[in-house]
Amino acid sequence: MELLRKWVQALWFFLTNGFWGFPLTGNLYQGPLKVICSPGLNCYSCPAATTFCPIGSLQQLLLGIRFSLQTGQFLFGTFVLGSMGMLGAAFGRFICGWACPFGFIQELLHKIPSPKFSITPWLTWLKYGFLLFFVIILPLALVDDFGMGKPWFCKFICPAGTLEAGIPMLILIPDLRSTVDWLYLNKIVIMIAFITWSIFASRPFCRTTCPLGAFYALFSRYQLIKLKLNVDNCTKCGACHKVCPVEIKFNETPDSYECVNCMRCMTEACHFDAIAVEIAGYPVFGRQPERKIKTINR
Amino acid sequence: MKKKKFKLRRAPFILLAIFLLSWLVGISLNEPARVLEQAKSICLECIGIG
Repeated sequence: MELLRKWVQALWFFLTNGFWGFPLTGNLYQGPLKVICSPGLNCYSCPAATTFCPIGSLQQLLLGIRFSLQTGQFLFGTFVLGSMGMLGAAFGRFICGWACPFGFIQELLHKIPSPKFSITPWLTWLKYGFLLFFVIILPLALVDDFGMGKPWFCKFICPAGTLEAGIPMLILIPDLRSTVDWLYLNKIVIMIAFITWSIFASRPFCRTTCPLGAFYALFSRYQLIKLKLNVDNCTKCGACHKVCPVEIKFNETPDSYECVNCMRCMTEACHFDAIAVEIAGYPVFGRQPERKIKTINR
Repeated sequence: MKKKKFKLRRAPFILLAIFLLSWLVGISLNEPARVLEQAKSICLECIGIG
Protein backbone atom coordinates (compact mmCIF):
# COMPACT_ATOMS: atom_id res chain seq x y z
CA MET A 1 0.00 0.00 0.00
CA GLU A 2 2.85 2.38 0.81
CA LEU A 3 4.33 1.75 -2.64
CA LEU A 4 0.95 2.43 -4.23
CA ARG A 5 0.69 5.68 -2.25
CA LYS A 6 4.10 6.77 -3.51
CA TRP A 7 2.99 6.13 -7.10
CA VAL A 8 -0.24 8.07 -6.51
CA GLN A 9 1.77 10.95 -5.02
CA ALA A 10 4.11 10.90 -8.02
CA LEU A 11 1.12 10.86 -10.38
CA TRP A 12 -0.42 13.90 -8.67
CA PHE A 13 2.95 15.63 -8.71
CA PHE A 14 3.11 15.29 -12.48
CA LEU A 15 -0.59 16.02 -13.03
CA THR A 16 -0.37 19.33 -11.19
CA ASN A 17 3.05 20.07 -12.73
CA GLY A 18 2.48 18.63 -16.16
CA PHE A 19 3.61 21.45 -18.44
CA TRP A 20 7.11 20.48 -19.46
CA GLY A 21 7.20 22.77 -22.48
CA PHE A 22 8.33 25.73 -20.38
CA PRO A 23 12.01 25.57 -21.40
CA LEU A 24 10.86 26.10 -24.99
CA THR A 25 8.21 28.74 -24.35
CA GLY A 26 10.28 30.52 -21.67
CA ASN A 27 7.09 31.07 -19.71
CA LEU A 28 4.66 29.31 -17.43
CA TYR A 29 1.60 27.34 -18.56
CA GLN A 30 -1.22 29.68 -19.57
CA GLY A 31 -3.89 27.26 -20.73
CA PRO A 32 -7.48 26.79 -19.55
CA LEU A 33 -6.63 24.03 -17.03
CA LYS A 34 -5.43 26.76 -14.71
CA VAL A 35 -9.01 27.39 -13.71
CA ILE A 36 -8.92 24.02 -11.87
CA CYS A 37 -8.01 24.00 -8.19
CA SER A 38 -4.88 22.09 -7.23
CA PRO A 39 -5.84 19.75 -4.38
CA GLY A 40 -2.43 20.10 -2.73
CA LEU A 41 -0.15 23.07 -2.15
CA ASN A 42 1.41 23.79 -5.55
CA CYS A 43 2.50 27.27 -6.59
CA TYR A 44 0.74 28.45 -9.76
CA SER A 45 3.77 30.53 -10.67
CA CYS A 46 5.73 27.29 -11.06
CA PRO A 47 6.50 27.12 -14.81
CA ALA A 48 5.19 23.54 -15.00
CA ALA A 49 2.03 24.13 -12.93
CA THR A 50 -1.20 23.22 -14.69
CA THR A 51 -3.65 24.25 -11.95
CA PHE A 52 -4.12 27.17 -9.54
CA CYS A 53 -2.93 27.10 -5.95
CA PRO A 54 -5.95 27.56 -3.66
CA ILE A 55 -3.95 29.39 -0.99
CA GLY A 56 -2.33 31.76 -3.50
CA SER A 57 -5.60 32.48 -5.31
CA LEU A 58 -7.56 33.00 -2.11
CA GLN A 59 -5.04 35.58 -0.90
CA GLN A 60 -5.08 37.34 -4.28
CA LEU A 61 -8.86 37.67 -4.15
CA LEU A 62 -8.95 38.75 -0.51
CA LEU A 63 -6.21 41.37 -0.90
CA GLY A 64 -8.12 42.99 -3.75
CA ILE A 65 -11.56 42.81 -2.17
CA ARG A 66 -11.88 46.60 -1.72
CA PHE A 67 -10.98 47.23 -5.35
CA SER A 68 -13.40 44.49 -6.38
CA LEU A 69 -16.25 46.08 -4.41
CA GLN A 70 -15.47 49.55 -5.78
CA THR A 71 -15.65 48.26 -9.32
CA GLY A 72 -18.85 46.33 -8.63
CA GLN A 73 -17.36 42.89 -9.30
CA PHE A 74 -18.06 41.34 -5.86
CA LEU A 75 -15.24 38.80 -6.05
CA PHE A 76 -15.04 37.50 -2.48
CA GLY A 77 -13.17 34.26 -3.17
CA THR A 78 -16.33 32.13 -3.12
CA PHE A 79 -15.25 30.10 -6.16
CA VAL A 80 -11.84 29.31 -4.61
CA LEU A 81 -13.34 28.66 -1.17
CA GLY A 82 -15.98 26.43 -2.75
CA SER A 83 -13.31 24.44 -4.62
CA MET A 84 -11.22 24.04 -1.47
CA GLY A 85 -14.27 23.23 0.65
CA MET A 86 -15.58 20.52 -1.68
CA LEU A 87 -12.15 18.88 -1.74
CA GLY A 88 -11.91 19.15 2.05
CA ALA A 89 -15.43 17.84 2.68
CA ALA A 90 -14.85 14.87 0.38
CA PHE A 91 -11.25 13.90 1.13
CA GLY A 92 -9.97 16.03 4.03
CA ARG A 93 -6.32 15.36 4.72
CA PHE A 94 -6.26 12.32 2.43
CA ILE A 95 -5.10 15.03 0.01
CA CYS A 96 -2.08 15.78 2.24
CA GLY A 97 -1.10 12.13 2.34
CA TRP A 98 -1.84 11.20 -1.27
CA ALA A 99 -1.95 14.24 -3.57
CA CYS A 100 0.23 17.07 -2.25
CA PRO A 101 3.42 17.67 -4.27
CA PHE A 102 5.20 19.47 -1.44
CA GLY A 103 4.22 16.73 1.02
CA PHE A 104 5.68 14.20 -1.43
CA ILE A 105 8.95 16.16 -1.62
CA GLN A 106 9.19 16.24 2.16
CA GLU A 107 8.58 12.50 2.39
CA LEU A 108 11.35 11.83 -0.12
CA LEU A 109 13.72 14.09 1.84
CA HIS A 110 12.85 12.22 5.03
CA LYS A 111 14.13 9.00 3.44
CA ILE A 112 17.69 10.37 3.54
CA PRO A 113 19.47 8.35 6.26
CA SER A 114 19.93 10.53 9.35
CA PRO A 115 18.92 10.71 13.02
CA LYS A 116 15.16 11.27 13.20
CA PHE A 117 13.46 13.65 15.62
CA SER A 118 9.85 14.21 16.63
CA ILE A 119 8.01 17.53 16.41
CA THR A 120 6.75 19.16 19.61
CA PRO A 121 2.93 18.90 19.56
CA TRP A 122 2.30 22.60 20.31
CA LEU A 123 4.07 23.55 17.06
CA THR A 124 1.27 21.86 15.12
CA TRP A 125 -1.12 24.62 16.23
CA LEU A 126 0.95 27.25 14.41
CA LYS A 127 -0.50 26.29 11.02
CA TYR A 128 -3.95 27.50 12.10
CA GLY A 129 -2.37 30.85 12.94
CA PHE A 130 -0.78 30.99 9.48
CA LEU A 131 -4.16 30.21 7.90
CA LEU A 132 -6.01 32.80 9.96
CA PHE A 133 -3.49 35.64 9.92
CA PHE A 134 -1.22 35.21 6.88
CA VAL A 135 -3.89 33.96 4.45
CA ILE A 136 -7.04 35.75 5.64
CA ILE A 137 -6.64 38.63 8.09
CA LEU A 138 -3.39 40.32 6.98
CA PRO A 139 -4.17 40.34 3.21
CA LEU A 140 -7.61 41.74 4.07
CA ALA A 141 -6.65 44.25 6.73
CA LEU A 142 -3.24 45.71 5.86
CA VAL A 143 -3.70 47.67 2.65
CA ASP A 144 -1.76 50.35 0.80
CA ASP A 145 -3.01 53.75 -0.38
CA PHE A 146 -4.83 52.08 -3.26
CA GLY A 147 -6.69 49.70 -0.95
CA MET A 148 -4.65 46.69 -2.03
CA GLY A 149 -3.20 44.18 0.45
CA LYS A 150 -0.35 41.72 0.05
CA PRO A 151 -0.30 37.92 -0.32
CA TRP A 152 1.38 37.58 3.07
CA PHE A 153 1.82 33.83 3.17
CA CYS A 154 3.16 33.56 -0.39
CA LYS A 155 5.31 36.65 -0.10
CA PHE A 156 6.96 36.05 3.26
CA ILE A 157 6.66 32.34 4.10
CA CYS A 158 5.78 29.77 1.44
CA PRO A 159 8.81 27.51 0.81
CA ALA A 160 6.86 25.58 -1.85
CA GLY A 161 6.61 28.75 -3.91
CA THR A 162 10.34 29.39 -3.59
CA LEU A 163 11.25 25.84 -4.58
CA GLU A 164 8.71 25.38 -7.37
CA ALA A 165 8.55 28.93 -8.75
CA GLY A 166 11.08 31.34 -7.27
CA ILE A 167 14.21 29.40 -8.21
CA PRO A 168 12.98 28.02 -11.60
CA MET A 169 11.76 31.46 -12.69
CA LEU A 170 15.12 33.07 -11.94
CA ILE A 171 16.77 30.37 -14.05
CA LEU A 172 14.19 30.72 -16.83
CA ILE A 173 14.04 34.52 -16.96
CA PRO A 174 17.54 36.01 -16.41
CA ASP A 175 16.14 39.58 -16.33
CA LEU A 176 14.49 38.82 -13.00
CA ARG A 177 17.85 38.25 -11.29
CA SER A 178 18.50 41.97 -10.96
CA THR A 179 15.31 42.35 -8.87
CA VAL A 180 16.40 39.89 -6.15
CA ASP A 181 16.58 41.53 -2.73
CA TRP A 182 16.41 40.62 0.98
CA LEU A 183 12.86 39.32 0.59
CA TYR A 184 13.95 36.62 -1.83
CA LEU A 185 16.92 35.71 0.34
CA ASN A 186 14.61 35.49 3.34
CA LYS A 187 12.45 33.02 1.45
CA ILE A 188 15.49 31.02 0.38
CA VAL A 189 16.52 30.74 4.04
CA ILE A 190 13.01 29.56 5.01
CA MET A 191 13.05 27.01 2.17
CA ILE A 192 16.47 25.66 3.17
CA ALA A 193 15.32 25.46 6.79
CA PHE A 194 12.28 23.36 5.86
CA ILE A 195 14.27 21.14 3.48
CA THR A 196 16.82 20.47 6.22
CA TRP A 197 14.11 19.96 8.83
CA SER A 198 12.36 17.48 6.49
CA ILE A 199 15.43 15.26 6.52
CA PHE A 200 15.37 15.01 10.30
CA ALA A 201 11.63 15.17 11.03
CA SER A 202 8.61 13.85 9.14
CA ARG A 203 6.64 16.44 7.13
CA PRO A 204 7.54 19.50 9.24
CA PHE A 205 5.96 22.03 6.88
CA CYS A 206 2.66 20.11 6.67
CA ARG A 207 2.50 19.75 10.43
CA THR A 208 3.54 23.20 11.58
CA THR A 209 3.01 25.73 8.81
CA CYS A 210 0.80 24.63 5.91
CA PRO A 211 -2.42 26.70 5.82
CA LEU A 212 -4.00 24.33 3.30
CA GLY A 213 -3.34 21.38 5.63
CA ALA A 214 -4.88 23.45 8.44
CA PHE A 215 -7.96 24.10 6.30
CA TYR A 216 -8.38 20.43 5.38
CA ALA A 217 -7.79 19.45 9.02
CA LEU A 218 -10.99 21.30 9.95
CA PHE A 219 -12.89 18.53 8.09
CA SER A 220 -11.22 15.62 9.93
CA ARG A 221 -14.34 14.67 11.83
CA TYR A 222 -16.79 15.24 8.97
CA GLN A 223 -14.99 14.34 5.72
CA LEU A 224 -16.82 11.96 3.39
CA ILE A 225 -13.99 9.42 3.15
CA LYS A 226 -12.17 8.77 6.39
CA LEU A 227 -10.40 6.19 8.48
CA LYS A 228 -12.57 4.55 11.09
CA LEU A 229 -11.57 2.78 14.28
CA ASN A 230 -13.48 -0.38 15.12
CA VAL A 231 -13.26 -0.10 18.88
CA ASP A 232 -14.43 -3.70 19.43
CA ASN A 233 -11.43 -5.06 17.54
CA CYS A 234 -8.79 -2.73 18.99
CA THR A 235 -6.52 -4.43 21.52
CA LYS A 236 -4.70 -1.16 22.36
CA CYS A 237 -1.42 -2.83 21.40
CA GLY A 238 -0.04 0.49 20.18
CA ALA A 239 1.26 -0.86 16.85
CA CYS A 240 -0.47 2.00 15.02
CA HIS A 241 1.52 4.55 17.04
CA LYS A 242 4.84 3.16 15.85
CA VAL A 243 4.25 3.48 12.10
CA CYS A 244 2.48 6.84 12.09
CA PRO A 245 4.52 9.45 10.18
CA VAL A 246 2.83 12.32 12.01
CA GLU A 247 3.13 10.75 15.47
CA ILE A 248 -0.53 10.41 16.36
CA LYS A 249 -2.06 7.62 18.43
CA PHE A 250 -4.80 6.55 16.05
CA ASN A 251 -6.61 4.27 18.49
CA GLU A 252 -6.86 7.15 20.99
CA THR A 253 -7.65 9.97 18.55
CA PRO A 254 -9.09 8.48 15.32
CA ASP A 255 -10.38 11.91 14.20
CA SER A 256 -7.07 13.67 14.87
CA TYR A 257 -6.54 16.90 12.93
CA GLU A 258 -2.97 15.80 12.32
CA CYS A 259 -3.75 12.51 10.53
CA VAL A 260 -2.77 12.73 6.85
CA ASN A 261 -4.65 9.49 6.12
CA CYS A 262 -1.64 7.68 4.70
CA MET A 263 -3.24 4.42 5.92
CA ARG A 264 0.04 2.93 7.13
CA CYS A 265 -1.58 2.15 10.49
CA MET A 266 -4.28 0.14 8.71
CA THR A 267 -2.14 -1.70 6.16
CA GLU A 268 1.20 -2.10 7.94
CA ALA A 269 0.54 -2.11 11.67
CA CYS A 270 -2.88 -3.32 12.75
CA HIS A 271 -3.24 -7.13 12.80
CA PHE A 272 -6.66 -7.00 14.42
CA ASP A 273 -8.66 -5.33 11.64
CA ALA A 274 -9.47 -2.44 13.92
CA ILE A 275 -8.98 0.22 11.24
CA ALA A 276 -11.05 0.57 8.07
CA VAL A 277 -11.77 3.15 5.40
CA GLU A 278 -15.37 4.31 5.36
CA ILE A 279 -17.44 6.48 3.03
CA ALA A 280 -20.17 8.41 4.84
CA GLY A 281 -20.42 5.69 7.49
CA TYR A 282 -20.13 2.63 5.24
CA PRO A 283 -16.87 0.66 5.52
CA VAL A 284 -15.48 0.02 2.05
CA PHE A 285 -11.91 -1.07 2.66
CA GLY A 286 -10.58 -3.15 5.53
CA ARG A 287 -12.46 -5.92 7.26
CA GLN A 288 -15.83 -5.44 8.87
CA PRO A 289 -16.08 -5.94 12.64
CA GLU A 290 -18.43 -8.96 12.41
CA ARG A 291 -16.02 -10.85 10.10
CA LYS A 292 -13.33 -10.57 12.74
CA ILE A 293 -15.68 -11.89 15.42
CA LYS A 294 -16.51 -14.89 13.19
CA THR A 295 -12.80 -15.68 12.91
CA ILE A 296 -12.40 -15.58 16.68
CA ASN A 297 -15.38 -17.94 17.16
CA ARG A 298 -13.87 -20.67 14.96
CA MET B 1 -24.48 -13.49 13.93
CA LYS B 2 -26.67 -10.43 13.53
CA LYS B 3 -25.41 -8.17 10.76
CA LYS B 4 -24.34 -4.80 12.07
CA LYS B 5 -26.24 -1.80 10.65
CA PHE B 6 -24.25 1.22 9.52
CA LYS B 7 -25.49 4.70 10.12
CA LEU B 8 -25.19 7.15 7.25
CA ARG B 9 -23.21 10.26 8.17
CA ARG B 10 -25.03 13.30 6.82
CA ALA B 11 -22.48 15.98 7.75
CA PRO B 12 -20.22 15.43 4.69
CA PHE B 13 -23.15 15.85 2.32
CA ILE B 14 -24.28 19.04 4.05
CA LEU B 15 -20.74 20.44 3.82
CA LEU B 16 -20.44 19.40 0.18
CA ALA B 17 -23.75 21.14 -0.59
CA ILE B 18 -22.65 24.34 1.18
CA PHE B 19 -19.33 24.50 -0.65
CA LEU B 20 -20.95 23.55 -3.96
CA LEU B 21 -23.27 26.53 -3.46
CA SER B 22 -20.26 28.75 -2.72
CA TRP B 23 -18.55 27.44 -5.86
CA LEU B 24 -21.64 28.16 -7.97
CA VAL B 25 -21.95 31.66 -6.51
CA GLY B 26 -18.32 32.25 -7.50
CA ILE B 27 -19.01 31.05 -11.04
CA SER B 28 -22.06 33.29 -11.31
CA LEU B 29 -19.87 36.27 -10.31
CA ASN B 30 -17.36 35.33 -13.03
CA GLU B 31 -14.65 34.64 -10.44
CA PRO B 32 -13.05 31.80 -12.46
CA ALA B 33 -12.03 34.37 -15.11
CA ARG B 34 -10.24 36.42 -12.47
CA VAL B 35 -8.58 33.29 -11.00
CA LEU B 36 -7.47 32.22 -14.48
CA GLU B 37 -6.10 35.68 -15.21
CA GLN B 38 -4.05 35.59 -11.98
CA ALA B 39 -2.84 32.03 -12.48
CA LYS B 40 -1.71 32.68 -16.05
CA SER B 41 0.72 35.40 -15.06
CA ILE B 42 3.81 35.17 -12.87
CA CYS B 43 3.12 36.57 -9.43
CA LEU B 44 6.51 38.08 -8.62
CA GLU B 45 5.37 39.10 -5.17
CA CYS B 46 4.27 35.52 -4.50
CA ILE B 47 7.68 34.08 -5.30
CA GLY B 48 9.57 36.58 -3.20
CA ILE B 49 10.57 39.05 -5.92
CA GLY B 50 9.32 42.62 -5.90
